[in-house]
Amino acid sequence: MTIIVNKFNNLIDLTQNENMKKIWTVLFILIAAASACSAPAAINPASEALAGEPTSASETVTLTVFAAASLADAFDEIGQNFERDHPGLQVKFNYGGSQTLRTQIEQGASADVFASANQNEMDTLIRSNFVMTGSSQLFLSNMLVAVTPAANPAGVSALADLAKPGLKLILAAKEVPAGNYSLQVLEKLETSLGGGYKEKVLANVVSYENDVKQVLSKIQLGEADAGIVYLSDTVAVPMLKKIEIPVKDNVIAHYPLAVLDHSKQPILARAFVAFVLSGSGQAVLTKWGFLPVK
Amino acid sequence: MNFRRLSSKHPVKTSSRFDWWFVIPGMMLLALLGLPLAALFLRALGSDFFVHAFSETAFSALKLSFFTSLVSVTVSILVGTPLAYTLSHWDFRGRALVELLIDLPVVLPPSVAGLALLIAFGRQGVFGGWLALLGVSLPFTTLAVIIAQTFVSAPLFVRSARVGFESIDPQLVEATRVEGASQWQLFYLVMLPLTGRALISGAILAWTRSLGEFGATILFAGNLEGVTQTMPLAIYLGFERNLDVAVALSVMLVLVSVLLLAIMRWLDKYQSH
Repeated sequence: MTIIVNKFNNLIDLTQNENMKKIWTVLFILIAAASACSAPAAINPASEALAGEPTSASETVTLTVFAAASLADAFDEIGQNFERDHPGLQVKFNYGGSQTLRTQIEQGASADVFASANQNEMDTLIRSNFVMTGSSQLFLSNMLVAVTPAANPAGVSALADLAKPGLKLILAAKEVPAGNYSLQVLEKLETSLGGGYKEKVLANVVSYENDVKQVLSKIQLGEADAGIVYLSDTVAVPMLKKIEIPVKDNVIAHYPLAVLDHSKQPILARAFVAFVLSGSGQAVLTKWGFLPVK
Repeated sequence: MNFRRLSSKHPVKTSSRFDWWFVIPGMMLLALLGLPLAALFLRALGSDFFVHAFSETAFSALKLSFFTSLVSVTVSILVGTPLAYTLSHWDFRGRALVELLIDLPVVLPPSVAGLALLIAFGRQGVFGGWLALLGVSLPFTTLAVIIAQTFVSAPLFVRSARVGFESIDPQLVEATRVEGASQWQLFYLVMLPLTGRALISGAILAWTRSLGEFGATILFAGNLEGVTQTMPLAIYLGFERNLDVAVALSVMLVLVSVLLLAIMRWLDKYQSH
């Protein structure tokens, strides 16, 4: 035992004189390694693992779809149908506020398809060359609706009630497509329901959520008296009380869909887009409360 | 730079032994910890830091964060000190359960804490009805932010305070009792001064944890500028809207944390002399 310790100590004594040089060498190597592994390179190996580039036919291929939160239920079903048509393929969804997804893509997240709740986020990606040229297409429309919990604690029966003082209202944040549309609707309602409406309604907002599904959750939990969500969201949660927004005051949200430029599965990605646009895909979307593009 | 082997029993001496094998893994971890922080500062320097740091959103988040975290730390100290003292001195039935309850929030994911608070004290919550009778509605209020922060950070204070109380020499306590001191005098004149360091470092730990609280806050309190949008929320949500504001806020949080840690360090050194 002592012999081993002695030998070890001898080894260490040998290095003692070179300590400083060695420390700086190690630091330098670490920093060089860190900068050599630039973000795309570091992510690519990971995404290779995720996408599972098959070396043999039996390995699963993964298609990654980033989709607006409001598309969750519909796309889950479309994904299952698509997987049925393509054995060995797994479709993975990442749902969130379109602005969050756009930021993730900009920061290097690896995805094959992006479905946004508004054209803005898609345009931002197109401008910075993240989208495969010409692949962006509109695939559905959506409108907004005001909702209250089933019990309707604040007794909201008309849009004018949203301006009642003391009402607890939840909206999506203005950076979120749903939030932006909500503000547009409130602007339009200002002309229909009189001056000061928008201001009074906005004064009732108690929280601005990060995506529209969070608005829905808090209404479901009964934490707020009312919220503004997509018409399609009410299909998934039918027990909520709906207050229709007339078409003339409503916004028609057009959702675009595109294949991303750095997709590892461009052919499958294009096939997925085509599938969403096909009769089968559109039928699922209609079932979940979305409207056709036109 | 000399690597000296540190030993608590013997005076620090320069050693000729240098354990190379300990340094490499350590440096890798330091790189992991240091590089992101360095990158953050570099990015902040590149933008108009002060413009963004004091923009309306940032300033509002800053004020709110400091106000709520200070209140929550104060509450933690006021209710946590007696609790820590009790735990360190008296055995009682259910003590194990109390200890579990105090340790749990430290390991629980913040989002679980937020959800639990919502289910308990939300309007439709299990206890929400009782609160409503008192005319109190917690979600979406600044009070909810304070409650969320206290939930996650008070245990940190209690644990530190308890260690402090436990480290007091029982003979000293005996001697004080022999002198005829009352429980309160014992606590105030002997215990508090001796455990000062543990209490303060516990408070600072709780404070930094409160400042950084996010998951429970966003679920329980919501997000409204000036009311519930604390700095971590503003950073998370601002990240998509305006990266530079998020970076500025992040840098400020880092600086505040560094300052608080430095104070803790200084207290350590100061107390041990």
